[in-house]
Amino acid sequence: MINAESIETAGYEIMRKAAIDIPEDYLNGIKASQKQEQNTLSGYVIKTMIDNYDAATEDRRPMCADTGLPRYYVKIGDNAPLKGGFTGIERALRSATARATTDVPLRPNRVHPLWRTEHNNNVGINAPEIEWSFEPDVDWIDVTTVHKGGLFGTDYRMLFPGDGIDGIKRFFLDTMIAFGKRGLCCQPAIVGIGVGGSKDTCMQLGKQAACLRSVGEPNPDAKIAELESELMEMGNSIGMGPMGFVGSSMVVDCHIEVGYTHTGGMPVSVHTFCLSSRRATARLHADGSIEYRTDPQWFTPYMRRETVEWPTTIKS
Amino acid sequence: MADNNQELKEVDLQLPATAEAIAELKPGNIVFLSGVVYTAREGVYDRVLSGGEPLPDGLLQTSNVNFHCSPAASPQPDGTFSVGGVTATASFRFSKYMAEWLDLTQTKIVIGKGGMSKEDYETVFAPRGAIYLTTVGYGTGALLGRGVKSVRDVHWLDDLGIAQAMWMFEVEKFGPFIVDSDLDGNSLFAAQGELVNQNIESLYDGLKKPTLHRYGETDDRTDELM
Repeated sequence: MINAESIETAGYEIMRKAAIDIPEDYLNGIKASQKQEQNTLSGYVIKTMIDNYDAATEDRRPMCADTGLPRYYVKIGDNAPLKGGFTGIERALRSATARATTDVPLRPNRVHPLWRTEHNNNVGINAPEIEWSFEPDVDWIDVTTVHKGGLFGTDYRMLFPGDGIDGIKRFFLDTMIAFGKRGLCCQPAIVGIGVGGSKDTCMQLGKQAACLRSVGEPNPDAKIAELESELMEMGNSIGMGPMGFVGSSMVVDCHIEVGYTHTGGMPVSVHTFCLSSRRATARLHADGSIEYRTDPQWFTPYMRRETVEWPTTIKS
Repeated sequence: MADNNQELKEVDLQLPATAEAIAELKPGNIVFLSGVVYTAREGVYDRVLSGGEPLPDGLLQTSNVNFHCSPAASPQPDGTFSVGGVTATASFRFSKYMAEWLDLTQTKIVIGKGGMSKEDYETVFAPRGAIYLTTVGYGTGALLGRGVKSVRDVHWLDDLGIAQAMWMFEVEKFGPFIVDSDLDGNSLFAAQGELVNQNIESLYDGLKKPTLHRYGETDDRTDELM
């Protein structure tokens, strides 16, 4: 049985892990950037960031004081024996967020957008966000948290089929340059790009591409994977490094996710997951045990609807 | 200006910083601080500069370093504070407050994320003997948290909340920071940005023009975007 208490425990634990321990895949990615980086200042910044990950893990303190807008992604197996219902999960994750905010501590970043009032616990109207997805034939629940700063590095544009891949490249460059200057997007970053869907799903896909895929994990579509490599190389040839200094480390990895879209349009969103790319996942098994990891495994074949039958016309 | 192929110079600075010590710092130097720094951002600036509230007693004697920061801090049952991570917030947003704030507080070092404009350094900072230090990479919360030895005091906590309150930190070997501006109004960010800009035009070579433009590319609202 998976009950509300174990979800609260798991939610609390991943909040702490995400805030403190840099995921291995991102660390390896940043070390690869470090090897390529020829510039002294940019190299110094990367070295200092790696020292900072070590200090965070040693001291058990958050790697970055801007612990972002903590939020959750929940994937529920069709056969998961859930006790307490879905609102029970939401309640447990709100409680875990508030508790972790005091204990880790996380910065209470969440305020009312107009009145700027807060409860000092990162909980409020529509906060923390919880996104839901489902998985056939399994009996576990995965809960992932992402801590991402929110002010810079994201943009959306409605492109058109005629803009083609060139349009995506142009928009990608615009975003990297605009937010790369002075390092506002805290690069080197994992860049997530959402292509298609409607405006809101386009933003959602891009954010999930940035935050919920591991460094080094390409899109299963070979042509999309090729575009990912091409954009990564393009980003790293801008001539910019961390903090906007001269350098070659802008992009640690590029992830593209797509969704079917309107025949007349090609919406694109770009998101940067920063030098403190923080995520952690807990798997709650049917027997009540909990396992922790850093790879969210969010984009399953089912999630990309690869395993769904496409023709759905019902035969009479 | 830091040469890209030279070793970076490291400096340990005792606070309050003297005019002589500040005069020696050059863009690209790496700095560690020991003494007292205080945090202040829009919440505090509005209180004091627009609201007319007095500065906390003793601020002028204790610290001349303003950190644009909201710490990840939490109150403990015994009334003290646990400070976890400490990182800066983007400073350019506070540009409009700086002249008056530097005059009132005699602050000589501003620390934050991403620097201010070169114009601010030339017209506001340098004439007042003040310089700007930037945090490194912007996510070094744990390293900076280590440098905070204790919370000496906190002001306006109840009114402004943890993120906006004025925190007075006792710090030791607090850093690293990179010197952005010096007393001549030079800026490391501006100089590096100019170098980066030289390559930007060529990145777009061969890419076709966008189908739809948008405001921002043109500021003339009578233009059509097609």
